Amino acid sequence: MRSSAMRDMMEITARPEVISLAGGLPDTSTFPAEAFAAEMTRIEKTAVAEVLQYGPTEGSWLVREQIVEVMAPEGTRVDAIDITVTTGGQQGIDLITKTLIDPGDVIICDAPTYPGAIPTFCSYEADVRQIEMDADGMRIDLLEATLDTLEADGKRPKFIYSIPTFQNPGGVTLSLERRRRLVEIAREREILVVEDNPYGLLRFEGDPLPTLYSLDGGNYVVYLGTFSKILSAGLRIGWLVTPTPIREKVVLGKQASDLCTSTLTQDFAGHFFQSGRWREYVDELTAIYRTRRDVMINAMAEYFPHGATWNKPQGGLFIWATMPEVLNTEDLLAKALSRNVAFVPGPNAYVDGRGASSMRLNFSGVKEDEIIEGIRRIGQVAREMLKLYETMTSTEEMKLPPAASTDGGGNEMKLPPTRDEDLS
Amino acid sequence: MKVALLQGGRSLERGVSIRSGQRVTEALLDLGHAVEVLDLGPDLVGRLDKDRPDVVFIALHGTEGEDGTVQALLELLDIPFTGPRTAACIRCMDKSLAKYTLRERGLPTPDWVTYTEAAIRDFGAATTFGTAVERVGLPLVAKPASQGSSLGVKVVTQLEQIPGALITALSYDERAMLETWVGGRELAVSVLGDEALPVVEAIPTDSNAYDFSARYEIGGASFECPADLPDEDAAEVERVALAAYEALGCSGFSRVDIILAEEGPQVLEVNAIPGLTETSLLPQAAEAAGLDFNAMVQRILDLATA
Repeated sequence: MRSSAMRDMMEITARPEVISLAGGLPDTSTFPAEAFAAEMTRIEKTAVAEVLQYGPTEGSWLVREQIVEVMAPEGTRVDAIDITVTTGGQQGIDLITKTLIDPGDVIICDAPTYPGAIPTFCSYEADVRQIEMDADGMRIDLLEATLDTLEADGKRPKFIYSIPTFQNPGGVTLSLERRRRLVEIAREREILVVEDNPYGLLRFEGDPLPTLYSLDGGNYVVYLGTFSKILSAGLRIGWLVTPTPIREKVVLGKQASDLCTSTLTQDFAGHFFQSGRWREYVDELTAIYRTRRDVMINAMAEYFPHGATWNKPQGGLFIWATMPEVLNTEDLLAKALSRNVAFVPGPNAYVDGRGASSMRLNFSGVKEDEIIEGIRRIGQVAREMLKLYETMTSTEEMKLPPAASTDGGGNEMKLPPTRDEDLS
Repeated sequence: MKVALLQGGRSLERGVSIRSGQRVTEALLDLGHAVEVLDLGPDLVGRLDKDRPDVVFIALHGTEGEDGTVQALLELLDIPFTGPRTAACIRCMDKSLAKYTLRERGLPTPDWVTYTEAAIRDFGAATTFGTAVERVGLPLVAKPASQGSSLGVKVVTQLEQIPGALITALSYDERAMLETWVGGRELAVSVLGDEALPVVEAIPTDSNAYDFSARYEIGGASFECPADLPDEDAAEVERVALAAYEALGCSGFSRVDIILAEEGPQVLEVNAIPGLTETSLLPQAAEAAGLDFNAMVQRILDLATA
């Protein structure tokens, strides 16, 4: 959890003059206005009274049926009865945590992990253990070592939370081999895995990998999905797929939280997905985001200082970049904000202050020219601060390691530079 | 009264400012005033000039809101406003200038050295770090010259840590200070009008005295008001606080932050427009003096329009 001063700093990113590469916003500007109007007209003609009414806590049956369709392209077969519609994926994280966690219970998650999950886990007083990732996602050897250590202490994690595909914030994807092993571990040790998959359909290249849910058959894997990144974040519709005993508790929890997800937005989404147009729309979004990822990576290669590293995600919304070790990205954000550009500093994705030199950059919510300008400004402030550091440390009194050193940063995810490869 | 309330702004303290502004707005409405809430933006001067409020309540913190930028505009527009005038804001916001002013008036403040980014980048100032350390001693506190919160503040215990600490501090301002670290009790004296309010003491819950950021966390420090001080110490702290407030030319209200060291009170800085949220120190001190939040806000308005 970051300091309150730090949280205050993030408030400025909402000002209109700031190019924000900090959010996780989908680009909703290309949603076809006539499709929107058609749904609204249909509602006006046939469903006004219904959409202004409460709905079932589990979610509308139409939406649950459509979710089955949306999950199918990734090879995940589910039964609509196992689905609970949630108010965004965030409520799914909240409900599963509320249902399963008592204070002091252990949650295992990726390092770095989704910054929005940390406050949820912490608010239920979970003991969060983060497992390092590399280019193939969560390190399963480290996971097993951690599980062994916990077991020796007489502790059993309540669940393992992971975003296996186009991870937020790391951008990496868990390899097939590790997926299989993770599911085996869950089965062997009888530990639940919460698979959060908001981005799986936003694949730019490479073959889709099976979801953990599909490998496991829904015995030890709970699945979290959302329409936020493939249709609209404003509709606030996500879902949980859970075994029945958990689902019953989740539904009770949801009743206590908000009775039901908006009937109006469920009706809108349900019919939009039923029309089948979503496939085309997701293809359009994927093409836009692929271009923006490439624009961002090219800009980073041009403007980021020597010694900076980053990855090239095969899909999703985020790139994780690491600056030379002497730069602290929370401080760098302050400097960047003075030039009206924002990103998420790495420590937001850790519970223990790690990630000090890293940052999460979003390429989906900002247009290409602003991505280039934003990256140029971040690169400029980083270079200025590095130059200043080098000026200070090159004097006789101050013989210190060179600023561009990238070693010795502890075991944090630092991905190899892609400066000289894959820039096409 | 028709009150325009300024909140938000572009400083790193935008979040606190919005919380201060919301709390003050509630109070102003309770008190029966008409309130228009404004953020800093291109339409600011136009709207103020057109609406001509009876008074502007400035609930801004940090650069542009607390550094004289907004105050100078309001003086030019001839609209009354709360808190210190332009010159006092400039002096308080620049902690180095504030300390020079205090020292000239014979008021106690820890020794310090100020570096500009340009001096380090262009004039070889790094060669003087050893001399600076000899002068202010270790440990020392590296901090940006013009931030109001804990951001950018680092304690340095060895010469080799100075470049890293300065990179941090210079991320928040073009000038950074290396200041003698003074151990002692951490006190805040809020001044309302020309009256010192009861002293607030910040008591770190974490015993690590060097961990500054911890105190700004929820639960990082507890506050006691009035502070449990012997009468003579309380009187001396109050005297020094009022003298600092006066030396910097403050009016309306401000908050003087002091370390009560073995050798007596040492002024760290004066916050021209301190936080006005429910849990901020000025409202706590006012409460201890028998003024609830609404009464405090009314008093601030009265001082601005007197």
